[in-house]
Amino acid sequence: MGKRIYYLLLFTLSASFLFGFILSEKEDKKTDQTQKVDQCYVCHKEIENLPKDFSEIDVHKHANLSCASCHGGDPNSDDQEIAMSPSKGFIGIPKRKDIPKFCGKCHSNIDFMRVYQPRIVTDQVAQYYTSVHGKKLLTGDENVAECSSCHTAHSILPAKDPRSSVYALNVPNTCNKCHGNSTLMEKYSLPVNQSEEYSKSVHGIALLKNKDLGAPACNDCHGNHGATPPGLVSVSHVCGTCHLSNMEYFNSTKMSKAFEEQDFHGCEQCHGNHGVQKPNDEMVGVGKESKCIDCHTEGDEGYAVSKKLYSSLTSLKNKFDAANQKYLEVKQKGMNDVEIGFQLQDAKQALIQSRTLIHTFDTTKVGLKAKEGVDIANKASLLAQEEIDEYYTRRNGFAIATLAFLVFIIALYFKIKDKEKKAS
Amino acid sequence: MKNFGNKIISWIDERYDLSPVRNLLEHKKVPAHRHSVWYYMGGVTLFLFLVQLLTGILLLLYYRPGEDSAYESVRFIVTEVKFGWLIRNVHNWSANLLVFFAFVHMFSVFFSKAYKKPRELTWVTGFIILVFSLAFGFSGYLLPWNELAFFATKVGTDIVGVVPIIGEPLKILLRGGEDVTGATLSRFFGIHVAILPAIFTVFLVLHLLFIQQQGMHEPEHFKNLPEEKKKYIPFFPDFALKDLLLWVVVFNILIFLALYFPWELGNKAEAFASAPEGIRPEWYFMFMFQSLKLLPAHILFIEGELLGVLFFGVAGFVWMLVPYIKIKHRPNWKIQPLTLVGILIVLFIVIMTIVGYLL
Repeated sequence: MGKRIYYLLLFTLSASFLFGFILSEKEDKKTDQTQKVDQCYVCHKEIENLPKDFSEIDVHKHANLSCASCHGGDPNSDDQEIAMSPSKGFIGIPKRKDIPKFCGKCHSNIDFMRVYQPRIVTDQVAQYYTSVHGKKLLTGDENVAECSSCHTAHSILPAKDPRSSVYALNVPNTCNKCHGNSTLMEKYSLPVNQSEEYSKSVHGIALLKNKDLGAPACNDCHGNHGATPPGLVSVSHVCGTCHLSNMEYFNSTKMSKAFEEQDFHGCEQCHGNHGVQKPNDEMVGVGKESKCIDCHTEGDEGYAVSKKLYSSLTSLKNKFDAANQKYLEVKQKGMNDVEIGFQLQDAKQALIQSRTLIHTFDTTKVGLKAKEGVDIANKASLLAQEEIDEYYTRRNGFAIATLAFLVFIIALYFKIKDKEKKAS
Repeated sequence: MKNFGNKIISWIDERYDLSPVRNLLEHKKVPAHRHSVWYYMGGVTLFLFLVQLLTGILLLLYYRPGEDSAYESVRFIVTEVKFGWLIRNVHNWSANLLVFFAFVHMFSVFFSKAYKKPRELTWVTGFIILVFSLAFGFSGYLLPWNELAFFATKVGTDIVGVVPIIGEPLKILLRGGEDVTGATLSRFFGIHVAILPAIFTVFLVLHLLFIQQQGMHEPEHFKNLPEEKKKYIPFFPDFALKDLLLWVVVFNILIFLALYFPWELGNKAEAFASAPEGIRPEWYFMFMFQSLKLLPAHILFIEGELLGVLFFGVAGFVWMLVPYIKIKHRPNWKIQPLTLVGILIVLFIVIMTIVGYLL
């Protein structure tokens, strides 16, 4: 009996130790979890004092960075005095002039950044100080854009995210927030109609209306962190980033040197900048819309060249249009349009190449390419005509066959009637 | 010219004795009555078969079976070959009209009770010919190797697979494997241009022989007429001339349809592409396809589709044996039971076909 009580006591004791151990483990874990809670966020949310532009989807919040990661302080303490104490490194709201360095603490540190994105660039701050915005900020101008002006302060999202203020489709609006503000721009003697002009341009329509992300937004020509207006020399390089052949052709001509001497803005001189429109053949030649006659006058070499270039382009364009018209007729008639379609693609290609070759200002080159296109368009036209003729031949053939059948049917009918008559 | 023709005939006659043919031509008579028009339906079907034969042979000159060549060769036929477009479209239209007229012919025979003794075998061979015509249609549909045909064949052969025991092996035999592939195309080509024509010709010859042997069927109301009131026209040349007249009209309509309503070739079949919208079988399979679609997944413990396939199989078989079904004549009934069944079948086919195209 005594032994039994002894065993029971021993069992109860060991059980309570074990239970107590498990409980204490659980409590320890609880304390660990509490430590991970961002007390800045908890308190500021509780007293409804989160930043105005605060968003739960912010990229930093998603990366589990606390408010203190940027603003300093102790995020583990729920005591305001301790949490927001300068001794704990609390910075609070940074001054505008300090913002680039403030963000740069992490964004210029490749060792820190590669943890989040191995291929990320870390030269944004360095680039920024080369930009007009950065230079002016350094001189104490606090009206210029810094990081948060474009990226926001607390709703930052990667540029690939359609909700981001710097997503390609949103960039024109983001820039326009300042560049469309006449009071602000007046100080810098800058126009405010760029966004309006851009939205009507071939690039703006492609990006904003057709949602073509391949089309350039403001930053594609001006740069982003290092934003600056392209200089005289760099204009053709800026456009040439996408329009490579045009740039190469133009740069190899004597016209490019003449442009430099005259302080002309490369591509912009003929095509404009923000409001650049889809070019048309009337831009060359000697008509009212010609850009060439802005400088060249009747009798000079450029005038004659322009006239010739225009004639080559229009002859190909007219032939192409005529062939295309016939092609549509063939399609509409349900005839075989496959080969004609291929031919027209080649003719169209020749037309595009001829237009690109305009930038060589070489009448022979343009003339040869245009001739190649004219020949193909003529072939396509001929093929289309054959199909159209075939269409009518078939119908006429059917009409003749039907007529022959009809004659035969009538003859048969009378023959049968005749037989019936004889039989009766 | 006439003399020359006669000379040839007498030359053959001397050697092969053409008197049976002469007798047939001279003595064969066709009853003339208010329902005589139905006598022409079989002739039109025969004419359309001849058109199929001729246009089929012409298509064979350029058609190349195979995954990489079938579609291309059909496109070549309709775009490059002189009159290729006409031949292919006439072949397509004629195939459809053939099935249509075969159905009309069959139901006209059914309702005029021409299948009765002694013409039971004419009916049976006729029904077999119809089944083979449908098989011609099904196998020919795949040959251009376009998207729609590819998926319709997939669905069609899947249905075959539903049949218990023999279904799955039959499906694999038809497809030449688990799936519809180039092997299926080769098989269907062989079936379409060699196997079916051979069997079809045998039954067609038998069918025609039976008709020539027994002469045209006389409907009840005609049989009951007094002898002097029964009117006949000689088969040759009177009836033959009328047949010819109708054939010319049908041929003209065929060309009209081929020219103004050509058959689309569509896109080339792509096994890994998603099925295009509007996959449907040829119109003459629509009533069966639609019925199978409308059946519930399970009826009692049997799969709905299986029950449907079995039903059509059994129904087809019973339909072939119609001449041997004896149902008591009911003098009080305005419409006899078998005629009523026939009317219901026609209504079912027509309604299901329409529903199939509307839904």
